[in-house]
Amino acid sequence: MEMMVLLGDFTVRTVALGAALVGAVAGVLGSFAVLRQQSLLGDTLSHAALPGVCLGFLLAGSRQLAPILAGALVSGALAALLVLLLTRTTRVKTDAALGVSLSLFFAFGTVLLTYVQRHQGAAQAGLDAFLFGQAAALVPADLRLIGSVGAASLLLVALGWKELKVTTFDADFSRSLGRPVVAIEFALTVLIAVAVVIGLQLVGVILMVALVIAPAAAARQWAKRLEGMVLLSALFGAVSGVAGALLSASVRGLATGPVIVLVASGFVAVSLLLAPGRGIAWQLVQAVAERRSLRAHRVLLGLYQLAQDHGDPRYPSEQGMLDTYYRGGSASALGRLQRRGLVERVEHMPEEGDHWVLTEAGQQQARDLLEPFGSRDGADRTGAGT
Amino acid sequence: MGEEVERALSTAQGVHEPSLALHVEDLTASYASGAVLWDVDMNVPPGVLAAIVGPNGAGKSTLLKCVIGALRPAAGHVYVFGRPYRQQRHRVAYVPQRTSVDWDFPTTALDVVTMGLYGRLGWLRRPGKREDDEAHEALAMVGMDAFAERQISQLSGGQQQRVFLARALVQDADLYLMDEPFAGVDATTERAIVDLFKDLRRRGKTVVAVHHDLQTVATYFDWLALLNVRLIAQGPVREVYTAEHLRAAYGPRVVLLEQTAEA
Repeated sequence: MEMMVLLGDFTVRTVALGAALVGAVAGVLGSFAVLRQQSLLGDTLSHAALPGVCLGFLLAGSRQLAPILAGALVSGALAALLVLLLTRTTRVKTDAALGVSLSLFFAFGTVLLTYVQRHQGAAQAGLDAFLFGQAAALVPADLRLIGSVGAASLLLVALGWKELKVTTFDADFSRSLGRPVVAIEFALTVLIAVAVVIGLQLVGVILMVALVIAPAAAARQWAKRLEGMVLLSALFGAVSGVAGALLSASVRGLATGPVIVLVASGFVAVSLLLAPGRGIAWQLVQAVAERRSLRAHRVLLGLYQLAQDHGDPRYPSEQGMLDTYYRGGSASALGRLQRRGLVERVEHMPEEGDHWVLTEAGQQQARDLLEPFGSRDGADRTGAGT
Repeated sequence: MGEEVERALSTAQGVHEPSLALHVEDLTASYASGAVLWDVDMNVPPGVLAAIVGPNGAGKSTLLKCVIGALRPAAGHVYVFGRPYRQQRHRVAYVPQRTSVDWDFPTTALDVVTMGLYGRLGWLRRPGKREDDEAHEALAMVGMDAFAERQISQLSGGQQQRVFLARALVQDADLYLMDEPFAGVDATTERAIVDLFKDLRRRGKTVVAVHHDLQTVATYFDWLALLNVRLIAQGPVREVYTAEHLRAAYGPRVVLLEQTAEA
């Protein structure tokens, strides 16, 4: 209810709209970052934006978003270039190169930031808002800038959709089709940098990577196709952005960035837990069900074997003996089999406890289970994912 | 004399050995660690099932990557049906090693096969009903149509390989370049690939496949190139698959293989 009242407020509406846009763009491009295993590149890009933010401010002489974002984009790109240079020309591995580049640029940015605040006055600059993000600082002009840049990058993704998809999935195959893979990968990196940069004012350089990665990581759990993943990721990102912006606007003293990221992380937690097929809870349920049915099948085959050995398809087996053989627990397995009509209890020497026989269906089921597995496809398990 | 003039003329026009499906000339390629391919000359006539065989690190995959332009050779040229690969892309289908991609990628078998049509579609056109039908047809040819909507992570290794083959089939190429199509597949898939090969040969297509299993080379293929950084030998399998050549490619210790070869 309070949210509805908040949305009536013009400033808050501006902020919410901006946050939704930033979240959606981050969600879309974050999907590609996650699938290309470039999450850490996002981290480097966002931390490395800080010196650019300060330089943009110094060059413009006042706090205007356009030069600040341009500066952020350039310094992010330089950091990415440094990573490329380090990995190509030295024996430094990618993760170390990312770390080196991130710390170098962030340290430089911090030095610049403290300098600017000393000499230009912290209040006037308000640049420290770029560390953790500040929703309230967003004005309609900023929204227009973020909106047009964000929309342009989404349009580019839509236009190059097939090429982005095939290059991300199988770069060599994409090359064989004659696609300029290096150029496509470069464009994708720039677009990811753009997604990072337009969110800096709201989320801040330290946590912006989370808004790029978290919605995509969450969406990854639910989606069967890239189309679905990207749309869902955009939705998660937008909702995180709006929820975070509104929360921080309604509670005095809450930094926007961390709140947005907390909401996004909530999506990740829920997805990791509950997503069908991939979620932890789902897999637990599957594992328990699998174990139960395996146990039931073993009891079924035991009964079948005993019947075979005694040359009597309806040989009554004693439950106590089955319990000993299967170390207890045959009662629940027998119960399951009985419910499925595969076994039935018979009156046979009641003084020695319950006795069970296989029904017609049970005998058939046992024969099916004993069929050699090799006759069906699936003998190859080498590459089978679960 | 006349032949020489003709040859010089056709070279000037950019046409080179048009009677060969694949013609590799003086190809040398290297990574930072050193040369992987040294001065390789290779010819594959059209309509054969050709295997590229050699020990690990012999440059087999590298050679295919040089052909499709994924790797720039240090020296040498590649011609496909007489012209550079750039001009012949639409006549070539490339099947990378199955393990070279992330099979956990969010996509279905049908999606992957449809990617084979991206070259024909160009940059902006989207796949439609016609492309869907073609992809289904290709999946059916490798016995995978029932799995069209399956996410690729849910497929077995052999099924994944068949999806890759379907993607190549949908390209309707004249030359199929395959990197280890038989690696780590089940018996069903192995049979499916062999049948597919025969079908392709009957339709006059050419297959060039990197292969690792010396036991099956002579049964699955009819043309053989033995490679170990340098080209050791090439030609019809019956002529090339000899103890002497195998020793030259694998070193003196291929005792068991010699017997197989001589048997």
